[in-house]
Amino acid sequence: MAEYAVELRNVSKFFGSVAAVRNVTLGIREGEFFSLLGPSGCGKTTTLRLIAGFELPTAGEVYIGGELQGDTPPYRRPVNTVFQNYALFPHMTVYENVAFGLRMRRLPENEIRRQVHEALEMVRLSGLERRRPRELSGGQQQRVALARALVNRPRVLLLDEPLGALDQKLRRAMQLELKNLQQQVGITFIYVTHDQEEAMTMSDRIAVMDQGAILQVGTPAEIYECPASRFVADFIGETNLLEGKVVEVWDHHALVLVDGARMVCGAVPEGVRVGQRVTVAIRPERISLHAQPPGPLAIPGIVRDVVYTGADIRYMVRMADRVTVLVRSPNTGNGSTPHFLRNETVYLSWRPESARLLVA
Amino acid sequence: MAQPLRTRRDLLRLLILISPSLLWLVIFFLLPLLLVFAISFGQRGTYGGVQWTPTLANYARLLDPLYLRIFLRTLFIAGTATVLCALIGYPMAFFIATRPARWRNAFLLLLVIPFWTNFLVRMYAWLFLLRDNGPINVLWTEGIHAAVAWLAAAIPAPFWEPLLQATSTPLRLFGTDGAVIVGLVYAWLPDMVLPCYAAVERLDPRLVEAAQDLYATRVRAFLRVVLPLTRSGLITGSVLVFVPCVGAYVTPDLLGGARTVMIGNVIYSQFMMARDYPFGSALSFVLMALMLVATVAYFRLGGEGGRGRG
Ligand SMILES: Nc1ncnc2c1ncn2[C@@H]1O[C@H](COP(=O)(O)OP(=O)(O)O)[C@@H](O)[C@H]1O
Ligand SMILES: [Mg+2]
Repeated sequence: MAEYAVELRNVSKFFGSVAAVRNVTLGIREGEFFSLLGPSGCGKTTTLRLIAGFELPTAGEVYIGGELQGDTPPYRRPVNTVFQNYALFPHMTVYENVAFGLRMRRLPENEIRRQVHEALEMVRLSGLERRRPRELSGGQQQRVALARALVNRPRVLLLDEPLGALDQKLRRAMQLELKNLQQQVGITFIYVTHDQEEAMTMSDRIAVMDQGAILQVGTPAEIYECPASRFVADFIGETNLLEGKVVEVWDHHALVLVDGARMVCGAVPEGVRVGQRVTVAIRPERISLHAQPPGPLAIPGIVRDVVYTGADIRYMVRMADRVTVLVRSPNTGNGSTPHFLRNETVYLSWRPESARLLVA
Repeated sequence: MAQPLRTRRDLLRLLILISPSLLWLVIFFLLPLLLVFAISFGQRGTYGGVQWTPTLANYARLLDPLYLRIFLRTLFIAGTATVLCALIGYPMAFFIATRPARWRNAFLLLLVIPFWTNFLVRMYAWLFLLRDNGPINVLWTEGIHAAVAWLAAAIPAPFWEPLLQATSTPLRLFGTDGAVIVGLVYAWLPDMVLPCYAAVERLDPRLVEAAQDLYATRVRAFLRVVLPLTRSGLITGSVLVFVPCVGAYVTPDLLGGARTVMIGNVIYSQFMMARDYPFGSALSFVLMALMLVATVAYFRLGGEGGRGRG
């Protein structure tokens, strides 16, 4: 068995002078739920289309199951796609839509019937065989698209923002369902989304893309805990990004001067020098607030705003003249985290490892 | 709007609202039609005119093999013209619909510009092109003939002789069924292209990709997805071309010479030359009934698979 279900080696795609995908190298493992995450226009769809064979790379190679694809047409690649707006055939019934791929492969009709019913059962659409796509709700259409692709038992399933057209509640439900389905069938999923929460919820690994390039690949925890760049830190979840200058470096730690406040950072990459301009990234839930300074490194601040969101309380704390940070404090209700009011003076502290120093 | 009419007042209001169009249809469509229908049961007067003694003789006369042949030939010419229009117009619609947006309107404009010229003028232009000493035949008897003669002198071979002979006399283009078909195709092509274009433009290109993603080759994607989804355009276009071709009169008159006669020419001569209004009316009526039946049948045919368009 090949090491990777899908592998891209130095793949670039230009549309005229526009680089939609730049020098992407990526290995997606067998049976993995892999997400391509990035803002709209960053090249996710193009990457997917390069794998499906709808676009050919300007440079680089695409391998599926260890085989170089070259200019293999889409109908000869062992992948199937769930399209962005489903692209169901409007002139065919649900049954005919799902049977399409099997018919093209000329399976015997009784075998087709068996597999179509099995696939429809899997996505819980049994009984709707004779409906037309336009007689179905958005969620049902989505399931038909899924069944139409999965019935072919592809080596890899490509999904392009499959939940994008659904409302929030249905989306949440479908996320879990999709994830379960993937584990059940054991097919490699490559999932495109611009919704970081969705990618975090469902994926085994995520590739964060921006402007055609892949910035970081990792598990949701790795991406969240150890963002490699400012863009990734900002794009994934909420984060405070503070500009400062390094004043001291020791043993993977650094002291950074942020507008007069001295912050200790515990996750410092190699090669950071004193005097360098850097960004400190710190998640709002990793900062704790205290009424009295808990230690010599705590930074004083003034609460400028308090927002009660239910599960937690969000404070905007002015730390120095021009620097305001967001702090998220869990609403435990047992007094383990004190509550503060507007204009109260507080002291901020964090574990040094929670403050990440970013140079990019 | 779609509420049932409950009171007489509602009915009255509706009648008042639709009365202008109703009046128009009655005066300019229904009455003349009834008149034609009535006349078709009359008899030709000795000096033209109509004698109102009811008879079925006009319809009986239609069974004469002469008229049956003309009917069949008319259907053949109109059918061939329609098929040719489809063969040319459908790919043309694809070509236009797949151009970048800013080019599409330019191409559509190019398609209809010739039709700003009077119909008769355009038919005369074809007459000029196709006649024995027209440009096509000049090219044939001079240009191509000279080329063949030159080749024959350079490379001796037995097959030059028949070619030389063939190119020494003009091609018989004008006055044939072929000329009429060419004229009809030229005249009605846009009526095929425009509905096809509308259908092709509505087609979501991602459906073709979806088909290819599901192992359909280009040919099978076309047959299973593209054709069924654009069939409505082909059907509308075919009716729009076929109906006027069946009733064509000017084109066969000008390009068909004295030989080729379509049913439109017969009707014309019955009214204008033979002054046999009753028989002309009977011909007209049967023609209309035939076309009505054919059109309804055709739309039914298309309606089956064409249903369920999103
Ligand atoms: N067929 C195309 N022709 C020209 N430019 C394209 C084409 N497809 C995509 N692009 C460009 O490539 C970039 C990436 O597009 P896409 O892959 O669709 O992004 P995403 O799916 O992440 O939103 C965009 O700038 C887009 O305008
Ligand atoms: Mg996209």
